[in-house]
Amino acid sequence: MSFFSFGQTAEIDVVLNDAETRKKAEHKTEDGKKDKYFLFYDGETVSGKVNVTLKNPGKRLEHQGIKVEFIGQIELYYDRGNHHEFVSLVKDLARPGEMAQSQTFDFEFTHVEKPYESYTGQNVKLRYFLRATISRRLNDVCKEMDIVVHTLSTYPELNTSIKMEVGIEDCLHIEFEYNKSKYHLKDVIVGKIYFLLVRIKIKHMEIDIIKRETTGTGPNVYHENDTIAKYEIMDGAPVRGESIPIRLFLAGYEMTPTMRDVNKKFSVRYYLNLVLIDEEERRYFKQQEITLWRKGDIVRKSMSHQAAIASQRFEGSASAEKALSQAKEDDN
Amino acid sequence: MSEATVADTRRLNSKPQDLTDAYGPPSNFLEIDVYDPQTIGVGRNRFTTYEVRMRTNLPIFKLKESCVRRRYSDFEWLKNELERDSKIVVPPLPGKALKRQLPFRGDEGIFEESFIEERRAGLEQFINRIAGHPLAQNERCLHMFLQEESIDRNYIPGKV
Repeated sequence: MSFFSFGQTAEIDVVLNDAETRKKAEHKTEDGKKDKYFLFYDGETVSGKVNVTLKNPGKRLEHQGIKVEFIGQIELYYDRGNHHEFVSLVKDLARPGEMAQSQTFDFEFTHVEKPYESYTGQNVKLRYFLRATISRRLNDVCKEMDIVVHTLSTYPELNTSIKMEVGIEDCLHIEFEYNKSKYHLKDVIVGKIYFLLVRIKIKHMEIDIIKRETTGTGPNVYHENDTIAKYEIMDGAPVRGESIPIRLFLAGYEMTPTMRDVNKKFSVRYYLNLVLIDEEERRYFKQQEITLWRKGDIVRKSMSHQAAIASQRFEGSASAEKALSQAKEDDN
Repeated sequence: MSEATVADTRRLNSKPQDLTDAYGPPSNFLEIDVYDPQTIGVGRNRFTTYEVRMRTNLPIFKLKESCVRRRYSDFEWLKNELERDSKIVVPPLPGKALKRQLPFRGDEGIFEESFIEERRAGLEQFINRIAGHPLAQNERCLHMFLQEESIDRNYIPGKV
């Protein structure tokens, strides 16, 4: 804002057309706080209005053009100057000229490709946002509106279990098994650890979930490991032949889907780390990568509709049909 | 209420455990006692030895029971051998107590009962920690320290 201008100043803001109905999702900001943003999926249209409000009534606003952009970009924290834009769409709203009064412009970005999920990490950020700009000679007026994108997958066709025998020669042999190699974010890891040979004094055993964020390429690759969860699965000393079950619910932890080599800039991968600790605090571990994916939410049905479906199973068709049509009426 | 399917959280199948494995003696038995300190010699040529008794069922040790006499410098020798040859971080020994070896002390210096007891406990902790380490168990110096009558300082270092 210029304090010494006798000319016109303007405010610009962006409003989505479906702001009332569109769901919002929580997303962590760079400083760790959680905020809610409008949630979009790949292929969805982004449409709305850009409101330009003139602050001093009566005066005209000179400008070099008004536009709105939809941008998807990757920002590496150690290289903030260079933003890598992988989606960049522009809609010109007004040619250079003068505005006599406040105005609203419609815009629509049809079926926008959003190939990657929004991600805010330790060393890299991937974000999508709308940016409305009034170009002016000295300083532009601009407003950004961040949105969040989720990438969805369905149950993979091939989802083999992970089963392996590992150990230290003549000292410790275990066979571990996890029921799948690909888990969705609200899945359960079901597994077991079977002890074949135990010649060390084990005190307890735990499973850790480790997130590894990899940025950079070639000789400048940097891995940032973060232990998301530590879950004790055994307390005490096992003997040969014992089988320890694993049941780890993933919904309680803050995780993202596995992201491999996104735009050749970064990766986010997850590992299960099985750790055995002996009486002298020595740690024996085995790390195994798992793939995480995001499952789409199931469409919610109202309670009365659910009850009607249930009664259909018990009472027979006539009364159930009545209940179903009644439920539909209640919904409307 | 959504129509979500309940996650399958049933345990994976596993072989039933053999009762002899379940109730038999554990295969990780290893106990080493450091006790019976004896001060040998007279005057300035005195030194203290300790009895090091080991009981184990680990197959890597040739003898299931052994009993030897060792002095502090033998423990130091073992620590140095392991630091040089194995890749492990060797736990610390109890102190060398050089101050206690200076003359004009009011007490018995390194032959003081309370000091010997403190040292004995430290040596016991040290040897138990090191003997239980799977990588240390591969070193010939450890087996010689625990199970042979005397330490041959001209031995050829190596793995068992």
